[in-house]
This record gives sequence, C-alpha cells and structure tokens, in this order.
Amino acid sequence: MNFLYAAYAATWIIHIVYLGTLVRRYQRLSKEIAELKK
Amino acid sequence: MKRLFPIFGLLTAVLLSFALYEALVAAPTEQTMGNVQRIFYYHVPSAWTAFLLFFINFICSIQYLVRSNPVADKVTNWTVIAIAIAACIAAFVIRPLPEGIEPSSVATTGLMIAGLYFLIKKYFSRERADALAVVSAEVGVVFCTVVLVTGPLWARPVWGIWWTWDVRLTSTLVLWLIYISYLMLRRFSTSGQTPVLAAALAVFGALDVPLVYFSIWIFRTQHPQPVIGGGGSIDPRMLHVLLINWLAFLCFAGLVCWSRYRLEILQRELEETQALEALLEPRSPR
Amino acid sequence: MSTASAVPSGVTGATLAKDLRLEWRSKDAINSMLFFSLLVVVVFSFSFDPNAEESRQIAGGLVWVAFLFAAVVALNQTWARELRNQVLDAYRVSPAPANSLFLAKALGNFIFVAVLEILMTPLFIMFYKLRALGPAWQLLPVAVLGTWALVVNGTFFAAVSLRTRSREIMLPLLLFPISIPALLAMVNATTAILTGELSAKFWIVLLSTYDVVFTIACLLLFELVLNAE
Repeated sequence: MNFLYAAYAATWIIHIVYLGTLVRRYQRLSKEIAELKK
Repeated sequence: MKRLFPIFGLLTAVLLSFALYEALVAAPTEQTMGNVQRIFYYHVPSAWTAFLLFFINFICSIQYLVRSNPVADKVTNWTVIAIAIAACIAAFVIRPLPEGIEPSSVATTGLMIAGLYFLIKKYFSRERADALAVVSAEVGVVFCTVVLVTGPLWARPVWGIWWTWDVRLTSTLVLWLIYISYLMLRRFSTSGQTPVLAAALAVFGALDVPLVYFSIWIFRTQHPQPVIGGGGSIDPRMLHVLLINWLAFLCFAGLVCWSRYRLEILQRELEETQALEALLEPRSPR
Repeated sequence: MSTASAVPSGVTGATLAKDLRLEWRSKDAINSMLFFSLLVVVVFSFSFDPNAEESRQIAGGLVWVAFLFAAVVALNQTWARELRNQVLDAYRVSPAPANSLFLAKALGNFIFVAVLEILMTPLFIMFYKLRALGPAWQLLPVAVLGTWALVVNGTFFAAVSLRTRSREIMLPLLLFPISIPALLAMVNATTAILTGELSAKFWIVLLSTYDVVFTIACLLLFELVLNAE
C-alpha cells in the first residue's frame, strides 16, 4: 500500500518541481524584459 | 486565446481530481496484485503521453530539417501520406495480426501520424516548430521520469524486483537517456545552428529505438527472465478508468506544454531584441 | 550529397592519408591512447580477479567497456587538429563533398581504435586467462562491426560537440545512449563466443543492421553538421 501512495506522490512531486522551474524561469524573464524596456 | 488558458486549467484540474478518485476508489481491486495495481492508472497514461510527446519532437525535428529545402519537403510530405495509406492497407490485409493489435488501431495510428504531421506543418512556422521540439522534449522527459519512477515502485511489491531488462523498460530507459542527451546538447551548444544539430540527434534517436527494442527482444529470447506486466485482456471497468486518467494527463500535458511554449517564444523574442540592440548600439571607442 | 564518384574516393583517400601521415609523424594521439588503454586493462584486472570459468562470462562486458573508453579518448581528438588550424573553414569553402571528409575521419578513427584493440587484446587474454570455447573466428566480425558502430557515430557526435561548452564530456553524453543496442550486441556476441553456450549469429546480424542504418544516417546528415557555424 505504501508503494501505491509513494508512486502517486512521486508523480505529483516530479510535476510540481518542473512547474516550479517554469515559474522561476518566467519570473527571471519578466525581470529581464522590464529592464530592457527601461 | 489568453482567456482560454484558465478555463482549460480548471477543466484539467477537475478531470485530474475525478480521474484520481476513479483510480483510487471507484476502480475494482485487482485479484492477484491488490491495491498496488492502481499505480497502473498513473504509470501507463504517463508512458503513453511521454511517447506521444517524443513523437511530436521527432515530427518537429524532421520538419525543421526538411522545410529549408523545397524538394526534401515535398518528398517528406508524400512519404508521410504513403505511410498513412500503407497503414490503412496493412490493417486490413495483413493476417494474422500480432497478438493484441486490432486492425482499427493500426489504421488510426497511421492516420494520426499523418494528421499530426500536417497539423504541425500548418500551424507552426519552421522556427516555431523548433520551439515546439524543445517543449515536447522537455515535457516528454518529465513524463518519462514519472514512468521510470512509478515502474519500479510497482514492480517491487508485485514481482519482488526493482528492475529487469525487458523490452519495454529498457526501451523506455534508453529513450529517456537519449532525450536527456538531446536537452544537454540544446543547453550546452554554442553554435548558431543548434536546432539543426539537435534535430539530427532526434533523428538518430528515432532510428535507435527500434534497434533497442529488437536487441532486447533477442536478449530475452536467449535469457528468459521474469515477465513484467504481462499482456492479456483488461477488465472493461479498468480500461475505462485507465482512459479517463489518460485523458486527464493529456490535458495536463497540453497545459504544461502550452506554458512552456509561451515561455520559449518569449525567451526567443527577448534574445532577438537583445541581439538587435547590441547591433544598433553605437560602437565604443577602441 | 555528392554524385561524383571519382572525386569522393580521391578526396577521402587523400584526407585519410594525410591524417595517418600526421599521426605517424607526431604520434601524440597514439601514444596517449596506448598508455590509457594499458592503464584501463591493468585497473580492470585489479578490480576483478576471476577464475577462468567466471572470466569467460564477464570478459565480454569488460573488454568492450575498456574499448569504449579508449575509443572515446581517440574520438575526442578527432577534430581537434582541424579546429586548431581552421581547416574546417577551408573545407567548408572547398568543393569537396562533406561525406568524403567524414568517411576519411571515420576510417582514420577506425584504424586508431583497431590498433588499440589489437594491442589490448593479448593483455586481456593474459590477465583473464581467456580461451574461447565457441567459434573464435567469429570474434573478428564482431570486433570489426562493433568498432565501426562506435567509431561512425563517435566521429559524427564529435563533430556535433565541436560547438559546445564542455566539448570533451559532451561526446560520451551523446554517444553512449545511442550506442546502447550496439554495445548490447557486442558484449553478448563476445560472451556467446567465449562461453560457447549460445549462437552469436543474431547479434552479428543486429550489429550489421546497426552499422548500415547509422552509416547511412551519418553520411546523409554530416553536411548539415559541418556547415553549422
């Protein structure tokens, strides 16, 4: 049973980590664009 | 277009929650494996999604390589059409078909390959097809990682081993390795023609996968080992839950790809602007 | 892709002869690779000390991993000389077909790696007390096909890695995943021949298929890679 929850948790952890990197990249990009606009 | 995103996001969230409920609660418990079998409802859709994304990368890579040359482009167009027609004919002519494969799925696959190819061709310019290639490779690797993590977590309690070198597992691992090397090439390349080099690598990868499949098949024939996740028919209620989960994960993958694609396009526009600015800047005195 | 047949072989031959001559005169690549191969054999021998029976089971894998490392060292310096002297730019501008350059490089690498293998093999036989129980002559096609499989893709990816940061690590990163079916075939064929238990025929067929598929792919795509600035 533990394996079942571990598998489902692992799936979502992997997806959330990836989405987190996307968010961070987007923030960095917005900062650069704002600087460029100055 | 922008307003569609949150609506799609909400729909996906609802679908995923429903699919999760179906997988954990509503689906019938498997006889021999017990509740652990429910990992199957996450493992298999992730695998199908990953393979679909890698296939999209392959199509985009081919398109990037051939669309610069009108002759090659035409030849490829006709080859794709020929593949679709051949699939339809083969579906109804080849008898008997290998175990578990329906004629309709062969024909549909052929038509979908052609459909995907021409859809991408129509809605993505050559440069945007390259952006889509990066996106599908990255998201494909994420889903493939999920497959490679959930697989052993399912295998261990059920079959007692974390890993075995059977066709599907090994092919998935090799595909994952090839696409990680693809992403590394993209990241570390300093060439202005990175998309061309990466596309070449993707083509090599696509040529490699059937060879991997065949090599492991020979290996297994010579060294029989425990079979993981044997074939055989599936309970229709389980199939239903599986398909719901697949639909939910496809929508989720679509969302992620869409976000990543927007990020990629923004990044490219930024780089172009920066390059232009550097050109237009007055020369500093030497 | 060129259509003229007389010119490519002339150019290929000339480039190959030039490479071999340069290498013979300076001997820097071959010396370092030689010493590296010797070190690999010795280190492996310390790590594993099997009896004759066990060694026949594992030698296939050990030998090919050692050859793989030696090949990577050889491949890494494939294009180094060209890059140093801007020869690649000159080649891009010349009317000579890109395939000839690729073929010359690949053949040159093949000869280098083959020399290494010829020198490493007696050492392995000695350290691991190897004796083939199966048809030993089959080891020759396995060695030739296997080495070509590594070298043809290695030369191609070495060219791809030219314009990357961390060039030396990029080559194995790109080469190893793609080479997995070939490696599997080489190792299993060698083990089959050494232990005499199974037939190596299927593996030899697979290796030949791999070689044909990827040689064609490399020849078709090399021009694009050469012109990538």
